[in-house]
Amino acid sequence: MTDLIQLLVAGLATGAIYALVAVGFTLLWQTSQTINFAQGEFVMVPAFFVLAAMKFGGLSFPVAILVGIAASVLILGAVFKRLLVDPMIRHGVLPLVISTIALALFLKEGVKEFYGAEAQSFPALWTTTHVTIAGAVVSLQNLVIIGVAVVTIAVLQWFLGRTRTGRCMQATAQNPALARILGIRVERMILYTFLINAALVALASLLISPIYLAKFSNGETLGIVAFIAAIVGGFNQVRGAIVGGLLLGVIDNLVAAYLSTQYRGAIPLFLLIAVILFRPQGLLGRAEERSV
Amino acid sequence: MKSLIGAAFASAISLVAVTAHAQQTVNMPDVIELSGPGAVSGTNWRDGVTLAVDEINAKGGILGRRIVTTHSDTQSNPGVSRAQVQKALDGDPYVLLGPIFSGSVKVNMVLAQQAEVPQFTGAEAAEITQTGNPYIFRTSFGQQASMPKIANYMRDGLKAKTVAVVWVNNDFGKGGRDSFVREMGTRGIKVVADVSTESGQVDFAADVVKVKGANAEAIFVYTNEEESARFLREARKQGIRVPLIGETTLLNQKVIELAGDAANGVRGHIGLSAEVPIAAIQEFKNKFNKRFNYLPDHNAIKGYTAIYAIKYVTTKIGKFDRKLLAKTMHGLTITPAMEPGILIETTWDDKGDIDRISFLAEVVDGKQKIIQNLPKLGK
Repeated sequence: MTDLIQLLVAGLATGAIYALVAVGFTLLWQTSQTINFAQGEFVMVPAFFVLAAMKFGGLSFPVAILVGIAASVLILGAVFKRLLVDPMIRHGVLPLVISTIALALFLKEGVKEFYGAEAQSFPALWTTTHVTIAGAVVSLQNLVIIGVAVVTIAVLQWFLGRTRTGRCMQATAQNPALARILGIRVERMILYTFLINAALVALASLLISPIYLAKFSNGETLGIVAFIAAIVGGFNQVRGAIVGGLLLGVIDNLVAAYLSTQYRGAIPLFLLIAVILFRPQGLLGRAEERSV
Repeated sequence: MKSLIGAAFASAISLVAVTAHAQQTVNMPDVIELSGPGAVSGTNWRDGVTLAVDEINAKGGILGRRIVTTHSDTQSNPGVSRAQVQKALDGDPYVLLGPIFSGSVKVNMVLAQQAEVPQFTGAEAAEITQTGNPYIFRTSFGQQASMPKIANYMRDGLKAKTVAVVWVNNDFGKGGRDSFVREMGTRGIKVVADVSTESGQVDFAADVVKVKGANAEAIFVYTNEEESARFLREARKQGIRVPLIGETTLLNQKVIELAGDAANGVRGHIGLSAEVPIAAIQEFKNKFNKRFNYLPDHNAIKGYTAIYAIKYVTTKIGKFDRKLLAKTMHGLTITPAMEPGILIETTWDDKGDIDRISFLAEVVDGKQKIIQNLPKLGK
């Protein structure tokens, strides 16, 4: 029983990170029809912004974190939208998707070339101690990750649902043409979405890098799993992305513990196939129809 | 007509120059892991090779010829390593250096053997030297030499009756796991958990929970560098208290750096390390750190000593003869008095395995501390 509790907590912690990344996927799709296949690399890069600020800028870790988050929001949010998304979206979704795949390669190889191919140690944001819950020794780090993710998503939900700007963003996502008619600055709302996504991936990076170490290839698996989590949960629902992320994190750990580590990578794919076959809108998503 | 004669003359001069240049150099390509899970090992090896090559070239090279080394990245992928080795062999090298990953070596050493090119590797899987290849030479202990030493320590030092094994699912890890489990069996120590992990794996939460649940008296960890660091961090997070035991990799400097405090208390056998209190090794460590701005691990020493072994044997035989170099290597002992670059007295057997002293160590306050010196197996 104690093993199960430990696995559930560890799975929820991993799943919380998947959820943060998957929520970003979902938000981008809803507001701007952008499927960002560089999302995994977007999680990898902020860690290197922080490390570079410490190594080359001589900054302390707390200051480097602020610099890293600011750089992420600017480059992975505003610059990404202006330089890649805006020019490519005019040509349709597929050219944009291909461009984000190219961007993923560029970011990965860029970090490898300019920082190094080896993994880098990343300082933990809190001490690595543990607590006992119902006889199970649980890592405090995992509990903090879950807590931070819960608070972040709660704040995001409050922002989207209870603030004027958030409601304008939702209106833009639901019907951009009507939102424009109503006087909502649609372009600005879309920009805010990109900035929020950049902040979410930066936060995910800070949470995951102390455990996974900072490495140029970290984004590969993370991006795919987060994408699957968004689809499993429901690509048009933020709540779906959260559920999908948590579910995948828990299943991944349980499979690794009770079946085999070798098959853990296959389970998200099996789940994806099952959802596409039997519930294509995702577990919490809305069915959408389009006239051809 | 004059222009034709001029062109012919220029071509002849160029041909002579190129031929003269080739005669003044010796080609020793290095095929090594510079990206992927093996990047830590391969980068250290490459820099060890570079240091040795530059030192030797500064003193006039080998038999008057300057060493030319190109470093090709295997991406820690056996298929890529095979292609890189083939490309290297197409350049008619004197010897081939690398790779380190056993899975890659097992795939590409056939090519070097067919080409009759001696290959110097840092790979440790036992099978590499068991195939009758007369051209393969290690600069690190094979698992069949290191595992008995660890097993003796677990029986006599730790007095453990049960052990959990965590290993990486590649040729290196599987070979080590098989050797280790065999040695445990002969010493009556029960393996209560046998956990395989994947190369490049980042999340070890489930593996640590499995190992904790087994309640072993000790945990033997046999993965590559980055995975070792991630495992140690996760083990610390989940409050594992039993001894964590490893073999060279688990205690190497890069793992200690990546794992931070989580590495403290780790113990194990070290075949080779930059922390051992031997003057030649310490001098190498300082030179390496000054040149490359980081502390070397055992892979750097593997690469460094490979070059000096090649230099010593080539000088001894007096010519660049690949077959004669391979023949001379078998049964050879090189001491630091004979060749200072070898750093520690090393003997090669008829299969290409090495024998030399080794050490038991513990990580204390972020540094390897040598607990005991272990003699050569041949003594």
